[in-house]
Amino acid sequence: MAMLEVNNLNVDFDTPDGTLQAVRGLSYHLESGQTLGIVGESGAGKSQGVFALMGLLPDNARVSGEVVFEGEQLLNLPEKRLNRIRAARIGMIFQDPMTSLNPFMKVSDQLTEVLVQHKGISRKQALQESLQMLDAVRIPEARDRIHRYPHEFSGGMRQRVMIAMSLLCRPQLLIADEPTTALDVTVQAQVMGLLKELQQEFNTAIILITHDLGVVAGSCDQTLVMYGGQMMEYAATRDLFRDPAHPYTKGLMGAIPRIDEQIHELVTIPGNPPNLMNLPPGCPFFSRCPVAEPRCYHELDPPQHFEPDRIRVCNLPREAIR
Amino acid sequence: MNDQQPLLAVENLQVTFDIMPRNAWPWTRPQKLRAVNSVSFTLSEGQTLGIVGESGCGKSTLARAIMGMVPSQAGKVVWLGEDLRGLNLKQLRKRRRRLQMVFQDPLASLSPRMTVGDIIAEPLRTHYPDIKGTELREKVDAIMERVGLHPHQKNRYPHEFSGGQCQRVGIARALILEPKLIICDEPVSALDVSVQAQVINLLKNLQRDMGLSLIFIAHDLSVVKHISDRVMVLYLGNVAENATRAELFASPQHPYTQALMAAVPIPDPERERAKLPAEVEGDLPSPMDPPSGCVFRTRCPLATEYCSREVPVLEDKTGAGHWVACHYAERAPE
Repeated sequence: MAMLEVNNLNVDFDTPDGTLQAVRGLSYHLESGQTLGIVGESGAGKSQGVFALMGLLPDNARVSGEVVFEGEQLLNLPEKRLNRIRAARIGMIFQDPMTSLNPFMKVSDQLTEVLVQHKGISRKQALQESLQMLDAVRIPEARDRIHRYPHEFSGGMRQRVMIAMSLLCRPQLLIADEPTTALDVTVQAQVMGLLKELQQEFNTAIILITHDLGVVAGSCDQTLVMYGGQMMEYAATRDLFRDPAHPYTKGLMGAIPRIDEQIHELVTIPGNPPNLMNLPPGCPFFSRCPVAEPRCYHELDPPQHFEPDRIRVCNLPREAIR
Repeated sequence: MNDQQPLLAVENLQVTFDIMPRNAWPWTRPQKLRAVNSVSFTLSEGQTLGIVGESGCGKSTLARAIMGMVPSQAGKVVWLGEDLRGLNLKQLRKRRRRLQMVFQDPLASLSPRMTVGDIIAEPLRTHYPDIKGTELREKVDAIMERVGLHPHQKNRYPHEFSGGQCQRVGIARALILEPKLIICDEPVSALDVSVQAQVINLLKNLQRDMGLSLIFIAHDLSVVKHISDRVMVLYLGNVAENATRAELFASPQHPYTQALMAAVPIPDPERERAKLPAEVEGDLPSPMDPPSGCVFRTRCPLATEYCSREVPVLEDKTGAGHWVACHYAERAPE
């Protein structure tokens, strides 16, 4: 049994304009020590899908499906029980390190709070462990810096504090939601390198949410491509890049300018990211798909497991995509 | 390239901001923040100059200083043989007919209370009040079609459009005056990958068909590589390197350029995992208190004591227009 299993996850939001289906029928699993990348454009449902696991959705959200983490059902767990799992066994890093750290609390207080709450150790011990963790994420002069406020740190450093905080209790699973999107490339490279190192040291499983295929290529074992709230393709990262089996994945790969090659003209995906309020009943990618058939508007075939550990969700045969 | 007059020549341009230190007395002298430090380059007609650098390197300030939107303290901005810095606002407005700008945030740069048609027509109304009625409408329709918008959308408001479409409106607004140069300040960084490609292709096609020059500012080296003829790398307000696209990407000379290139993730698992980790460590120093000598020395793998004493000059290392500001550029490893 895998460490994390997500089966048929659905997230709906009740809005004044009707129901918005943010995530539809999402299933995946993750083993410890592995990294799963979830890629997609804005509105793909990447973040809502993992917020649902953590119980972080707003009140107007309805979640259904099954999320089993180490044998325990996570969905609709009482808040008290969920609080014992969050931070202690599942850590999370958010996109914007400025808004996810409390600006009124010293970094030392924010770090020790986690340990005092979840491990019940004394503040003095907690401070010691926090310092070790800041050293581990390579914050220079941690002993002095730990007593400062978040605004006194640079963006890259704040993200490292976030990583340190999320790893304090040695969680088995780390969810990183666009951890480097707000950072410069040189700092992004440092942060991704650090995450990889820490993963090896603590054998943490990571769910990495990103829109950057380059980051996925560098760090993820498996990759899940989402569009309009649904899974389009799932594969080992190498297979996905070598031989994309979905028109959307293929379109994404053609649309990125590359530093390692000279491309004459980028292949574009026509149209705009989907409006989740009025998706077609069939395939969400229908209106932008270069090979769509009329029936794709009305129906979408169930996921095809066409190779061991490879899934694609598309009505057309693979040959039609090549 | 040098035998004809360049479209734009920037010489030793310097932009300084006065910053009041925290908890200062009202009579305390403000500190100087040097956002752009003697930057020079030339741009010929029909060329694209890419400007890259990380946040805080002065790329946007440079663009605004060229347009005269922020005051510059020294240097020259020579536009078609005339220094724009000496002009008053009225004269400058006239020149701006040929010198337009596209901004980063597509929604924030469009007025939410004007229809898209009015937004696109506004530059014409301002600069050419004689154009009215049918002629104005036809011009707006034509330019909307040119950038891939439907003319029947012109009575809608910006919030009804997606990010990519808003950026097309921004481009249409810049194009309607038939400028010679468009300065694009991070035009695609707020867009999704698939839409980003659409906008890049649009800019490239417009340039080819209309003979435009572009200054394309971005933090993403792969985007800049795709669109530029020449590339200028900025670091903390200083030019680190300036070379043709082919030269710069084939043999980057400045250690910062090399580090920047190494840090860009390659969307190919084999290549991305085979490459060496980026060497540059730490964060950008504060521009209020830049390092002495070479500004990059605090993060540079090649830095020596000499670098902290001597400011490197921007030199043409190959004699063929590959400008580098580094004492050790020749010795820098590939």
